[in-house]
Amino acid sequence: METFKSVFGDYDWDTIQSKIYQTTTKQVEQALAKSKRNLDDFIALISPAATTYLEQMAQECHELTKKRFGKTIQMYAPLYLSNECQNICTYCGFSLDNKIKRKTLSDAEIKLEVESLKEAGFDHVLLVTGEANYTVNINYFLNAIEQIKNDFSTISVEVQPLSTEEYQQLHEAGVYSVLVYQETYHQEVYKKYHTKGKKSNFDFRLETPDRIGKAGIHKIGLGVLLGLEDWRTDSFFNTLHLDYLQKTYWQTKYSVSFPRLRPAEGIIEPNFIMDDKDLTQLICAYRLWNEDLEISISTRENENFRNNIIPIGVTSMSAGSKTNPGGYVVDPQSLEQFEISDERSAQEIAKIISNKGYEAVWKDNPYLVTSPQPSPKEREPKSKIVNHHSTI
Amino acid sequence: MSLFKIGDRTLKSRLFLGTGKFGSNTEMEEAILASESELVTVALKRIDLETDTDAILNHLKHPRINLLPNTSGARNAKEAIFAAQLAREALETNWLKLEIHPDPKYLMPDAIETLKATEALAKLGFIVLPYIHADPVLCKHLENAGTAAVMPLGSPIGSNKGLKTIDFLEIIIEQSKVPVIIDAGIGAPSDAAKAMELGADAVLVNTAIAVAGNPKFMAEAFKEAVIAGRKAFEAKLGQQYKQAVASSPLTAFLYE
Repeated sequence: METFKSVFGDYDWDTIQSKIYQTTTKQVEQALAKSKRNLDDFIALISPAATTYLEQMAQECHELTKKRFGKTIQMYAPLYLSNECQNICTYCGFSLDNKIKRKTLSDAEIKLEVESLKEAGFDHVLLVTGEANYTVNINYFLNAIEQIKNDFSTISVEVQPLSTEEYQQLHEAGVYSVLVYQETYHQEVYKKYHTKGKKSNFDFRLETPDRIGKAGIHKIGLGVLLGLEDWRTDSFFNTLHLDYLQKTYWQTKYSVSFPRLRPAEGIIEPNFIMDDKDLTQLICAYRLWNEDLEISISTRENENFRNNIIPIGVTSMSAGSKTNPGGYVVDPQSLEQFEISDERSAQEIAKIISNKGYEAVWKDNPYLVTSPQPSPKEREPKSKIVNHHSTI
Repeated sequence: MSLFKIGDRTLKSRLFLGTGKFGSNTEMEEAILASESELVTVALKRIDLETDTDAILNHLKHPRINLLPNTSGARNAKEAIFAAQLAREALETNWLKLEIHPDPKYLMPDAIETLKATEALAKLGFIVLPYIHADPVLCKHLENAGTAAVMPLGSPIGSNKGLKTIDFLEIIIEQSKVPVIIDAGIGAPSDAAKAMELGADAVLVNTAIAVAGNPKFMAEAFKEAVIAGRKAFEAKLGQQYKQAVASSPLTAFLYE
């Protein structure tokens, strides 16, 4: 089976890095002058040379996003189901070597957490776990999804890499999108951060989006963990990955997230600092490269940044998030994956969005055909239907 | 200028020629040689397969010229597959320009039958180059079916109307994993240059050369236009600058 690995093999980290850093202002201007942009243009737009064009990039980013997505921001909330994990990842609070009590939500606990999210107004949930294949596996996911599928119009998952067959099962169970981040595309650096567990297999993770695509999942979310390596070079590879996936699984939608390394239990300091200006440039570069890409900003980011990034290319936001299983009501003190930065509630965020002249969209029904179908009576009336979608 | 790879073959010229409508076979031969084309399509229905001294083929016997038999006249997948097999046997090439047009007036390509035939022929080992509408979704289906390239039309065949489908061609070029060859409707060298500037991998021209006052001279003009367009594409065309007038700055918060 042909996968992204064969494309990835044609590119060399150092060559790409020097290409990015040697970009001239003329190349940036050429990229800015285009209406359809390719990977070379993306390189120009994330280069240091493009930083002086940031306002111009932001203006076009704003216009393109408005044209394609309207003035709307999709709202979602993460629901952490488990912090059990057999991997050692030196930046993550769930890392196996963190000797802290672990928790996996039971059916009853999931119900309580879901009630809290529904009360806050959420209709799109993102299920998150670590990687504990003996206990938190496809059977656990299918059971959890069956339990919550009538409560949310959209279910996304961000769990350990699975097989194509397992992704098919998730698809049939009603999962709309699957997120999997490569963390870094630098193979040697990847090995340093992922020292133990199934996640230490770089290639298996690299080929995961291919399996998701083959399984027919509607949307795939990619991202790199910003702070592990040079964000510019890593972001190029993430874009290369998206470019390949879009051409191969052409019926699928794509989203991108920008997790910046945050403080967490027992973690190391980021090797590479990405400031707000850098992140703004990156968001604009993605949008200028791809009008249809969904762009998500989580509560990892600070209040000021989140307030101001709303009109610049973002299409979905989480709010009031807890990154620990049971964090909403069941067990607020359990081990969290990372500290969030923006602690405002969902309703507060919705108000900020509205003050910016945008509308917070809670429900976005993707017309999923699941088996068995809930009867129309069981479904809540559709308050709002828009033709695009969101995740992290 | 980069070389062009299609199937297992690498080509220098990005101009493909058709062999119909010329005033004489000698005129055709002169034009093809002047164009420096390396891939020339011939309608299987016009070739006399019974003799080895076919009039058209005799004029195409040059080391640079590779033959691309086409199934012109086929009205459905079944007929096209039959024609393809005949062509493979007679011309000893597994390359095939797949043309299926049930409508004899405008010769509009049949998307459904073309997709069926592409799938079957790819399985039989053919290098299939299907002639199609400028339909981006069909192009992706053809990729999955194993096509070697796609040949979307610029405008109705033989119309010389140029790139009427330009918006769709741009989408196809953007999305395609296989070479995109713009076929049909290219009426002037400027159309060919434009197609190449968009990023098409090659163009196929027939009528515009065959019916020109001086086909040989026109073939040269197309040769130069295709080279110019490709070079412009590779040199990264400077496009018109948009006015960027910032009404209210969006990034001021970064500097506060």
